[in-house]
Amino acid sequence: MANESVHERLNREYSAGFITDIESETLPPGLNEDVVKFISAKKGEPDWLTRWRLEAFEHWQKMPKPDWAHVDFEPVDFQAISYYSAPKSQADGPQSLDEVDPELLRTYEKLGIPLHEQEMLAGVVRGNVAVDAVFDSVSIATTFKEKLHEAGVVFCPISEAVHSHPELVQKYLGSVVPQRDNFYAALNSAVFSDGSFVYIPEGVRCPMELSTYFRINAQNTGQFERTLIVADKGSYVSYLEGCTAPMRDENQLHAAVVELVALDDAEIKYSTVQNWYPGDAEGRGGIYNFVTKRGLCRDRAKISWTQVETGSAITWKYPSVVLRGDDSIGEFYSVALTNNRQQADTGTKMIHMGKRSKSTIVSKGISAGGSQNSYRGLVRVTPTASGARNYTQCDSLLIGDACGAHTFPYIENRNPGATVEHEATTSKVSDDQLFLCAQRGIDAEKAVSMIVNGFCKEVFRELPMEFAVEAGKLLEVSLEGAVG
Amino acid sequence: MSVLEISNLCAEVDGKAILKGLDLTIEAGEIHAIMGPNGSGKSTLANVLSGKPGYEVTGGSVLFDGQDLLAMEAEERAHAGLFQAFQYPVEIPGVSNMEFLKTALESAAKAHGEEPLSTAAFMKMLRSAAAELDLATDFLKRGVNEGFSGGEKKRNEILQMKLLAPKLALLDETDSGLDIDALAVVGNGVTAFHKEDPTRSVLMITHYQRLLNHIVPDIVHVLADGRIVESGDKSLALALEEKGYAWLNKA
Repeated sequence: MANESVHERLNREYSAGFITDIESETLPPGLNEDVVKFISAKKGEPDWLTRWRLEAFEHWQKMPKPDWAHVDFEPVDFQAISYYSAPKSQADGPQSLDEVDPELLRTYEKLGIPLHEQEMLAGVVRGNVAVDAVFDSVSIATTFKEKLHEAGVVFCPISEAVHSHPELVQKYLGSVVPQRDNFYAALNSAVFSDGSFVYIPEGVRCPMELSTYFRINAQNTGQFERTLIVADKGSYVSYLEGCTAPMRDENQLHAAVVELVALDDAEIKYSTVQNWYPGDAEGRGGIYNFVTKRGLCRDRAKISWTQVETGSAITWKYPSVVLRGDDSIGEFYSVALTNNRQQADTGTKMIHMGKRSKSTIVSKGISAGGSQNSYRGLVRVTPTASGARNYTQCDSLLIGDACGAHTFPYIENRNPGATVEHEATTSKVSDDQLFLCAQRGIDAEKAVSMIVNGFCKEVFRELPMEFAVEAGKLLEVSLEGAVG
Repeated sequence: MSVLEISNLCAEVDGKAILKGLDLTIEAGEIHAIMGPNGSGKSTLANVLSGKPGYEVTGGSVLFDGQDLLAMEAEERAHAGLFQAFQYPVEIPGVSNMEFLKTALESAAKAHGEEPLSTAAFMKMLRSAAAELDLATDFLKRGVNEGFSGGEKKRNEILQMKLLAPKLALLDETDSGLDIDALAVVGNGVTAFHKEDPTRSVLMITHYQRLLNHIVPDIVHVLADGRIVESGDKSLALALEEKGYAWLNKA
């Protein structure tokens, strides 16, 4: 296979790239104190939250933009972005699915998101999954509310939780990712528009998978959702997040914050399938995905991040776990695929503070086309974390020879009784492998998909069953045309 | 009908002519061997037939089972019943042998408009084929050729051949890097493959006469400078072994 033909065929179709024609209420571009106050007022927020946002905004103005990631892009003009966009028909807030703009429901249908409870109950689409959908800046509908209510689980837009469960929100918001944590987290704290809130009461096993779908639709808008999940003592929840955006020539900013709190003996499993628009083959357009995700584990708690990242022009994302409790467990399983001109700098941070805390990192990076894919991971063991253990495995797979794979592991061990292991490999899908497959009757697309799926097996195993199938298909679609 | 009919085949690699008007006909059920010095074009012939990229056919024609072989993609040639056992089989880490073979058989079934085998039927067939080649069950779960010894890799090629059941098997220096025991296993595997269905044909490419002790050819050809310069029965191989290729030039 000549390299020529690899390049020629590097053009993929982005199947979620439609634009929904609905009336939106959108703030003019620009960011100042008034915009922050406007967003807060729009949501009828209490004073403490308005002040909290303003504090974050003040810090943000003084903070330097991070420039250490292995990504290269034109600086973002934060004054050219609109910080609030809501479908107009939402102004009064729909009380049930029947009141949701049918055009919007069709959008979700196109995305294959099962908003209709009857379909879901019948298991037609995905089985037992409750969905919260965030469209541009506001949350559209949360299904299955009743069933969750019976179990005592709270699953609602965070804008609603501010009013319905103010004590929980005030206690935990910013407790894992403080306002001034980093540049994008500070920006998010100032202007976050909506997101999901989850509370699982003590000892409760959440009766179904919880799921949020994010979609950026409006032009020149940023999306700044904020998700807060609190698992009380001995509880369990599995949460899935999916994302798409329409094809547009301009870059769009997505700066989300996700905070997880796992109290003693609780377990949170957080899975992401990220398929934001990656830009076209020449690198025009696409989402800038600058996300801060972090979880806090108390004693014997467990947080597991699983991510399948195939979209976005630029991904800057490090789902992390602070292992504060003794015997706590942090896991990070990641597949990051880049094609064409995509750039990803992603990995995790495992901060060991508790005794015998354990972490596992399995990262699979796949680079195709002219893309750049970096793993960046930090394992920090503090002096208090006696008997801590970390195992890191970091594998890169290259398809074609115009792409790059990079690994930046940082290990800071301040406890001589801790064990930290790191393994890394780099391999390439070779022409000889593809020819062996062809000679056995397997065409190139199928062969690449088989090889890539084999490479990602350890991570896919961690995804909830129905999403593992979806993730496999997504990789196949994302790699279409990656071989000639 | 001939399974393979090569007429005046010319091919280049990187602009350099390697095959220079090669003629060869193999009838259904025949076993042929091609021998020849290094650089005579033996591996080029195998790769041109299987459709490996990087080889340019500049003249001649090849009919496979009556079809124009050169007009077909590599995977179509495989579906039509052409199999190449490689000299240096590559590794595909992470993809198990089992999965690989299942995908290959499913692709063939799809191409022929047939229903693929059930997983149970597939596993039964795979296990019995592996046992015949002295391959342990855990071998099937390992990545394709991943960490295999030279002998295991070659036996794996024969396993794939057994399952895909081609009309014509091209063995490209399958004997290289094999010890005597492994050579016997591979030789017996190929002989059994041929016996199972006597209409199947085999084209062996080899440097050495020793493979022909295990797989007895009907016809032996000598390839030199891109052409078949001599053909004969098994005794030709013995004469070559004794006198070397230089003898042919003088003849």
